Amino acid sequence: MLRLRDVDVALNVEGRMRPVLTGLNLDLAEGEALGLVGESGSGKSMTVRTITRLLPHGARVSGAVEFEGRDVLAMRPAELRAFRDSDVGVVFQDPRAAINPTHRIGDFVGEALRVNRGVSKGEAARRSAELLAAVGIDDAERRLRQYPHELSGGMLQRAMIASVLAAEPRLILADEPTTALDVTIQAEVVGILDRLRRERALSMVFITHDLDLALAVCDRVAVMYAGSVVEVRSARELHDTARHPYTIGLLGSRPAIERRAERLTAIPGRPVSAFEAGPGCAFVSRCAFAQDACRASRPRLEAFQGGLVRCHRVEEIHEHSVV
Amino acid sequence: MSTLSSEPSSEPRTPPIPADNRPAIAVSGLTKDFRVADKHGRRSVFTAVSDVSFTVPAGGSLGLVGESGSGKTTTARMLVGLETPTAGRIEALGHDRSRPARSAAERRRRARELQIVFQDPYTSLDPSQTVRAAVDEVLRAHSGLEGPARAGRLAELLDQVGFDERQASARPRELSGGQRQRVAIARALAADPRVLILDEAVSALDVSIQAQILNLLVDIRTATGIAYLLISHDLAVVRHLCDSVVVLRRGRVVESGDCGAVLDTPADEYTRVLRASVPVPGWRPGSG
Repeated sequence: MLRLRDVDVALNVEGRMRPVLTGLNLDLAEGEALGLVGESGSGKSMTVRTITRLLPHGARVSGAVEFEGRDVLAMRPAELRAFRDSDVGVVFQDPRAAINPTHRIGDFVGEALRVNRGVSKGEAARRSAELLAAVGIDDAERRLRQYPHELSGGMLQRAMIASVLAAEPRLILADEPTTALDVTIQAEVVGILDRLRRERALSMVFITHDLDLALAVCDRVAVMYAGSVVEVRSARELHDTARHPYTIGLLGSRPAIERRAERLTAIPGRPVSAFEAGPGCAFVSRCAFAQDACRASRPRLEAFQGGLVRCHRVEEIHEHSVV
Repeated sequence: MSTLSSEPSSEPRTPPIPADNRPAIAVSGLTKDFRVADKHGRRSVFTAVSDVSFTVPAGGSLGLVGESGSGKTTTARMLVGLETPTAGRIEALGHDRSRPARSAAERRRRARELQIVFQDPYTSLDPSQTVRAAVDEVLRAHSGLEGPARAGRLAELLDQVGFDERQASARPRELSGGQRQRVAIARALAADPRVLILDEAVSALDVSIQAQILNLLVDIRTATGIAYLLISHDLAVVRHLCDSVVVLRRGRVVESGDCGAVLDTPADEYTRVLRASVPVPGWRPGSG
C-alpha cells in the first residue's frame, strides 16, 4: 500500500542543505500497523512529513514515495489535496497545538464531512456524534458544543482521532499520539486506536520513541537511526531476537517493570542525526562491534533471520544464534 | 566502551549506610490548599496535596509516583521551600523545614541537607557560564573548601558525572540534554547534600541517554550513600532506582510500601490500573 524507496531528504538550513533522511526504505501492507521507532534526530517525524509532502519550503527530496501505486512526489496540487483530504489521516502529538482553539469540537470533527464530502450541517453533526461515541467519548451531543479548552488532553486526542476517522482514510499516520498523555490515558487512547483500525481494516504507521509501546500496538516495527531504517522485524519477534546492535542497545537501555536489573546496557555517546553521520555506518561511533570496514562504507538494509538489518557484521555477530 | 548486559538480579543494591541514621526526609500530614476562582469568579479552595506522609530512610531511596494532578510536583516544591505547606510537617535529617528559613546560615544548612534536580536543567543553567564554573560556583558557596582542595573536589565531581577537560569548558548551548542533566547533577552534588530530589529528572531524555544517567545515579548512590527521592510517572524507572514507593492520586496517598511488592501485587485499584497501563511484551492495549 505504501512504499518508500531510497528516499533522501535534505532541508535548507540557513542556505545550506542538511540531510535528514538518507536512503530510507519502508513497506506497509494493506491493513498492517507498522511501528516507526527512534530517538531524537532519527528522522521519524520527517518520514511522516515526507509521506504527506508537508516538508518545509526549500526541502530537497529524491527517491520514490508510492501510495497504492501512485507516485506521491509527482502528484499535482489537486491530486495531492485529494490524497491528504481523503487517503491519509494524521494524528499529531499535541492536540492542543493541532486543534483551532476558537472552533467548537463539533466544527472540528465535522469539518472533513462538510468540506470534503459535502455532507449537510445536520447530517455532519449526527455523524460527528457517532464518531465521538466510537472513540469512547460519552455525552457526545454536549461535547460537540464545547471548545477545546473545556476538554482534557486525553479527550482532545480522542476528538482528533474522531476527526481523522471522519474523512474515512485508508492510512493513518500517528505521530507520537500519546506522548503528551498520562500513562493510564495513553493505554485508553492506544486501545481505541488499535480497536478502530482493526474494525475498519485501516493501515497505520505508528511513530513513537517508546519501543515497548510500538511492540504492543504494531504488527511490525522499523527501528530508525540517523535518518534511515536499521532494522525491521515482526513485533512478536523483535523483543527476543533483535539483531542490529542499536536495537539490542535500545532494548537493554529501558529498565524493566517486572524486575530490577543491576545495570542497564547503556549505549555510549549520544544519538547522531543524518547530517552528522560519516560515509560508513551511522551507528559506528557508538557500536561495540565497529571495525574499519564499518567506517568505510554504508551497509545496506538486507534480509537476515526473518527481518531486515543494516549492519556489515550482523552475520558474524549472530553466527551461532537461531531464530 | 560499552558494558555488556548484566544478569538481572533480585538482590537489592546495598550502598554504605551513613553514620547518622536520622531519616533523610520525614513528611507527616502534609497538605497544600490553593485558593482558586472559576470562570465566573467564584472562589473556592483546591487541595493539591492532602494529608500525605512518608519517610525516606537515611541512604534510602523512595519513589513518588503519580499522574497529572497527583500532587507530586507540589510536594517536591514544598520540600525545597518553593511553597509553604498549609498543614503538616517536613523534616530533613531531623531539622524542621516546614517554614521558610529565617537566616542565611539556616538556608546554607538546608542546601547541604537537600538538593533538587529538575526535568529540564536548561533554564536553570547560566548561559554564559562554563560547566566548570557552574559547578565551582556551588562549591564556593557551600563546600568551605579553598585552593587546591576545592580544585581537587571540582575535578572529582566533573569526573564522577563523566565530563573530560574539554567538555568541562563548554557552555550550556553546546551541550546535549543528557550533558546538561549531568551538569545539574554535579551542581547538586557539589553542595554535598544527604538527600537528592530527582523531579522527573530523566523523563525528557532519549532512551539511550536515560540509561546512561540511570547508571550514573545508581553509581553515585553506591559510592556516597546519598538518599534519593525520585518523583516520576515512569514505573520502570522507579523500580530501577527505588527501594520503596508511594503512589499518589489527586493529592492523596493510595498505596505505599516495598517497590517490588507494590508493583508486582498492587493492592489498590488505581495502582493496579497504573501498573496494567505500562506496555510490556504481550500487552494488549485497552486490556488494563
